[in-house]
Amino acid sequence: MTDNVHTGNVPTGSIPDERPPSNTVGPVAWLRNNLFNTWYNALLTILIAWLLFKAIPPLLDWLIFSANSFGTPPQVCRQEGGACWTFVSEKLRFVMFGTFPYDEQWRPLITIVIIIALVLASCDRRFWKPWLALVWIAGLSAVGVLMWGGVLGLTYVENTLWGGLPLTLMLSVVGLSVAFPVSVLLALGRRSQLPAIRVISVTYIELIRGVPLISLLFMASVMFPLFLPTGVNFDKLLRAQIAFIMFAAAYMAEAIRGGLQAIPKGQYEAADALGLNYWQAMGKIILPQALAISIPPLVNTFISFFKDTSLVIIIGLYDLLGTAKAALSDPAWRGFYREAYLFIGVIYWVFCYSMSKYSQKLERDLRRGHRR
Amino acid sequence: MTMAQTAGAARTFAQGEPIIQCRGVHKWYGEFHVLKNIDLSVAKGERIVICGPSGSGKSTMIRCLNRLEEHQKGSIVVDGIELTGNLKNIELVRREVGMVFQHFNLFPHLTVLENCTLAPIWVRKKPKAEAEEMAMRYLKRVRIAEQAHKYPGQLSGGQQQRVAIARSLCMSPKVMLFDEPTSALDPEMVKEVLDVMIGLAEDGMTMLCVTHEMGFAKSVADRVIFMDRGEIVEQNTPNEFFNHPQSDRTKLFLSQILNH
Repeated sequence: MTDNVHTGNVPTGSIPDERPPSNTVGPVAWLRNNLFNTWYNALLTILIAWLLFKAIPPLLDWLIFSANSFGTPPQVCRQEGGACWTFVSEKLRFVMFGTFPYDEQWRPLITIVIIIALVLASCDRRFWKPWLALVWIAGLSAVGVLMWGGVLGLTYVENTLWGGLPLTLMLSVVGLSVAFPVSVLLALGRRSQLPAIRVISVTYIELIRGVPLISLLFMASVMFPLFLPTGVNFDKLLRAQIAFIMFAAAYMAEAIRGGLQAIPKGQYEAADALGLNYWQAMGKIILPQALAISIPPLVNTFISFFKDTSLVIIIGLYDLLGTAKAALSDPAWRGFYREAYLFIGVIYWVFCYSMSKYSQKLERDLRRGHRR
Repeated sequence: MTMAQTAGAARTFAQGEPIIQCRGVHKWYGEFHVLKNIDLSVAKGERIVICGPSGSGKSTMIRCLNRLEEHQKGSIVVDGIELTGNLKNIELVRREVGMVFQHFNLFPHLTVLENCTLAPIWVRKKPKAEAEEMAMRYLKRVRIAEQAHKYPGQLSGGQQQRVAIARSLCMSPKVMLFDEPTSALDPEMVKEVLDVMIGLAEDGMTMLCVTHEMGFAKSVADRVIFMDRGEIVEQNTPNEFFNHPQSDRTKLFLSQILNH
């Protein structure tokens, strides 16, 4: 190759394009390059193929072929052995809505719809306008009215009765949407020129990050009331929500700080030189770029916090995981834990995978055209 | 200087008074003395080229003029406003002083047009339509209007630097600072940027330009300033400066850059 270049006969386009050699393209070449390129990779490939061959048929058999369809009574299920999907159909409303009064469960159902609609609407960049905040306030107020009731002829439902998917969604969506602006301020504070603000931000972030979420939830539910004067009662759900916000804010602040640090100094200088003040420079120049860079770590935090809401079970709140566990404690349905965990696992997965997919799309959209 | 004096000093200079006045300016980076006793007075409409070996403090000096760098001793008065820690005054000065950077520093997430209208809309509080109309005028002037809706990353270096000049002009500055505007460009793009700068000089813009383009200095500058090791060693008209340099350091510098 190199010899050709140095002989002086530099190709000038007179040689027609040729197809690559057939042994370097196509599925056979792919197999050889990726699965059988060394003897140990070939061994691993064969081993994994054998494991899949052993594992997949019984799994499919349990899931589908021998599964008992909806309506099969649990006694029959136990004898037959396959998956008992009756558990899901029978316990669906309890798992989804927890102990919310049975006849009023249309209310948490609409709550789910409203929250998902809010999130979906916020995914569209055309809606990223100031009025979107108003839509959120309106939507979340509607959620509050629906869940609590006590007005508009709705019966009052204490929030200790809330549970299932609405609780999971409320904790995570409200938590993350409040934590996000707080985390932006913390990230900016950590890089502030003002020592007091910097010290407060760093202390907060390092303190919260250094404590497990579970202990923070315990503190919120057990220790916090000790500091309150007697008679003042702070709602347990609210306390858990605040603990989540504090925790998520500290983590997201660090993700955003990473983005801020990646912005070249010249961007700050150009914004300054044009006479923009601090908030204009941050809001118009620095943050739009820093947040775009921070999307992968931010979404990572979003996903892990969505799942971490299941920790509220330890302070006696019944989120989706909690209601599934409670459903399993029904003596008639004891033992169907595989069906229960698979079912809620799928629900969690659908939400998390959607977040991941959306973030990838957003990253692509924001990068388009910007940098070469 | 007290706060009251600073506020009172705003916008009170008379015609003929210099638009930039530096007296005894010193600056240190830690222990390193970058600027030593800089006295500089720039008249309105004056075109100044600042040259000198690298590390001589020329960039630092013009970056002090819009407070991208802070000086620690002496006084700098720009457009009748003294530069102190007062943030409001700094913002007022920066509105009137445009700056073009070596690495363009365009905002990559905004289109060319948005780059140009951002500061007029948010700092000068201009209506969007008016800001866009003015931006298109300046983009035409730097001959890049047809790229207005592209992103900076889609343009060549020379095009980006011309956009950066237009972006500064959109603030209708009284002074333009150029910090080695052609140093990061491929050779074939230097001319298109210099042409824009020459046009600007011909229109009477007050300009301070740190550059190694001696041809530009000869044809455009009213005054050439030579800096070395943090001090202004010599300043003169281009003709005198290039033909009859006074100090040995200037002679050495000129021999190094002109005979290659």
